[in-house]
Amino acid sequence: MVLVFAESPRGQFKKSAFEAVTYGKKVADMMGVACEVLTLGTVQDAAQLGKYGASKVLNIADTAYNDFDSQEQAAAIADVAKSRGATVIILSHSSTGKSISGRVAIRLDAGLVSGANALPTISGGAFTVTKGVFSGKAIAEYAITSPIKVVSLMGNAVKPEVSGQPAHVENITTSAAKGRIRVKSVKTQEGTVPLPEAEIVVSAGRGMKGPENWGIVEDLAKTLNATTACSRPVADSHWRPHHEHVGQTGIAIRPNLYIAIGISGAIQHLAGVNNSKVIVVINKDSEAPFFKAADYGVVGDLFEIVPRLTDAFKKFKANQ
Amino acid sequence: MKLLVCISQTPDTTAKVSFNNDGTDFNAAGVQFIMNPYDEWYALVRACELSEATGGKVTALNVGPATNETVIRKALAIGADDAVRIDADPKSAAYTARQIAEYARSQGYDIIFFGKETIDYNGSEVGAMVAEYLDLPYVSYASKLDLNGSVAMLEREIEGGIETLEVDLPCVISAAKGMAEQRIPNMKGIMTSRSKPLSVVPPVAYDEPVKATKFTLPPAKAGVKLVSPDNMDELVRLLHEEAKII
Ligand SMILES: Cc1cc2nc3c(=O)[nH]c(=O)nc-3n(C[C@H](O)[C@H](O)[C@H](O)COP(=O)(O)OP(=O)(O)OC[C@H]3O[C@@H](n4cnc5c(N)ncnc54)[C@H](O)[C@@H]3O)c2cc1C
Repeated sequence: MVLVFAESPRGQFKKSAFEAVTYGKKVADMMGVACEVLTLGTVQDAAQLGKYGASKVLNIADTAYNDFDSQEQAAAIADVAKSRGATVIILSHSSTGKSISGRVAIRLDAGLVSGANALPTISGGAFTVTKGVFSGKAIAEYAITSPIKVVSLMGNAVKPEVSGQPAHVENITTSAAKGRIRVKSVKTQEGTVPLPEAEIVVSAGRGMKGPENWGIVEDLAKTLNATTACSRPVADSHWRPHHEHVGQTGIAIRPNLYIAIGISGAIQHLAGVNNSKVIVVINKDSEAPFFKAADYGVVGDLFEIVPRLTDAFKKFKANQ
Repeated sequence: MKLLVCISQTPDTTAKVSFNNDGTDFNAAGVQFIMNPYDEWYALVRACELSEATGGKVTALNVGPATNETVIRKALAIGADDAVRIDADPKSAAYTARQIAEYARSQGYDIIFFGKETIDYNGSEVGAMVAEYLDLPYVSYASKLDLNGSVAMLEREIEGGIETLEVDLPCVISAAKGMAEQRIPNMKGIMTSRSKPLSVVPPVAYDEPVKATKFTLPPAKAGVKLVSPDNMDELVRLLHEEAKII
């Protein structure tokens, strides 16, 4: 059996949970087994996970699981994996997943591959999974040789696919021990898609000259329903918040479309973004290294080009 | 306050990545090695600050061969009081975690620090594994850490936001941007780093459940298609009709 842990921050599933279930279902099909999904705490509409391939959803409704606690969550996942006889456990390679996957692997004496970027290859007894390494500069293939396998899935690596009907939700009644972690508050930016999940990212660098000029970047992002990002010096100079910093020492992303505005394309920047499906570079310097990593390029002054591009997208949308 | 900072050695961020032996080994020829930036900039510096403020002791630990001692000495120059090298050439996060846990188990550290991930194998695995071996609470991607008696007050990065938490000591954390500012070792640090104790510990036997079998480079881009800055309608058309992403 394949067991997927579907994360539900503040009771809601995000895209990463649907991706994990879709992935789990495909792995289960390859192995000819069922895909069951575990949810923890108070969750809204757990049955919908059936649409992405869960044959059954197991929920431990104890409200102690509503907040982040890597230890208690990992213990619950490992216990359910054992009692249901799961041989493959799938989690999201999210901020919470990163706190949990390693713990689950140790509890189950299992090999872990974190941040998988594609489906595994399963043949005979061999189970191999690929992931990006060297911050996207290379791809590694890992063989998991233990009987139980844990895989955490990189965001945007697979597309959520609806393949079935809402599932039956079975409540399991075990309860969490009193943990040693207490969540005090959560601050989220409402209304924007977090960078790791974003399908379109509009990113800008030092070519913007100063934070007061970001209006044209935000207009473009708004037109595309995109999330904004920036290069490291931009975040370091406090032109933009730190959570927008992408690259080797920032967030690594793999959106469908990455639009780079006034960014030179230093190796450390490219490392975090070169897994994007399509890259558009706008830079006045035709020799900027970023053009080598780009699919489409526009050589010229960003202050003229970006508003023009926004207008073109608006026109395109109006005609759709 | 006893603090342990686990440091990793990684290729420099500008290193050209290539592989030997049919793509099974990283080609280290001509590559400069550095301390993994998250371990150095955030985990180590914050541990040093806390120890300086409360009168504690910071130990830097590396699982690696003797050639890693330059990086270990740098940790001592930045401010660690002593260092431990577990004498092995780790090939996986699981192996590294097992070695660290076996060593740390009997040492009574109040906080064990990691960087949020290494910039080579990008695992983000070791901290969670060590925490599980030692039955300790673990918070990854912590961007802020203060102490209030025997409680750590933390902020951690979550998707699209920040979570504020309290964690009972002892605990394990992984450090992200925001926790501290990079420190350049000063002359005194560099001088004293040479005489600070560095002990070498043998590894414990461990069978790895995961093995890297092959490395490849991503397929090269076909080449950039340039669009006239005066014709953004054309760029939109290409993104729609050719790239099919809008
Ligand atoms: C250890 C280490 C880690 C690092 N990690 C990261 C990381 O994670 N992420 C990251 O981004 N960087 C990182 N860096 C920094 C990286 O090396 C570069 O310095 C940085 O990416 C450059 O940012 P930039 O492209 O915004 O600025 P610049 O390199 O200054 O480039 C600005 C670009 O804007 C263009 N431009 C200027 N004006 C205009 C205009 N009017 N119209 C159009 N184009 C214009 C210029 O031609 C230029 O190409 C790291 C560096 C080190 C040493």
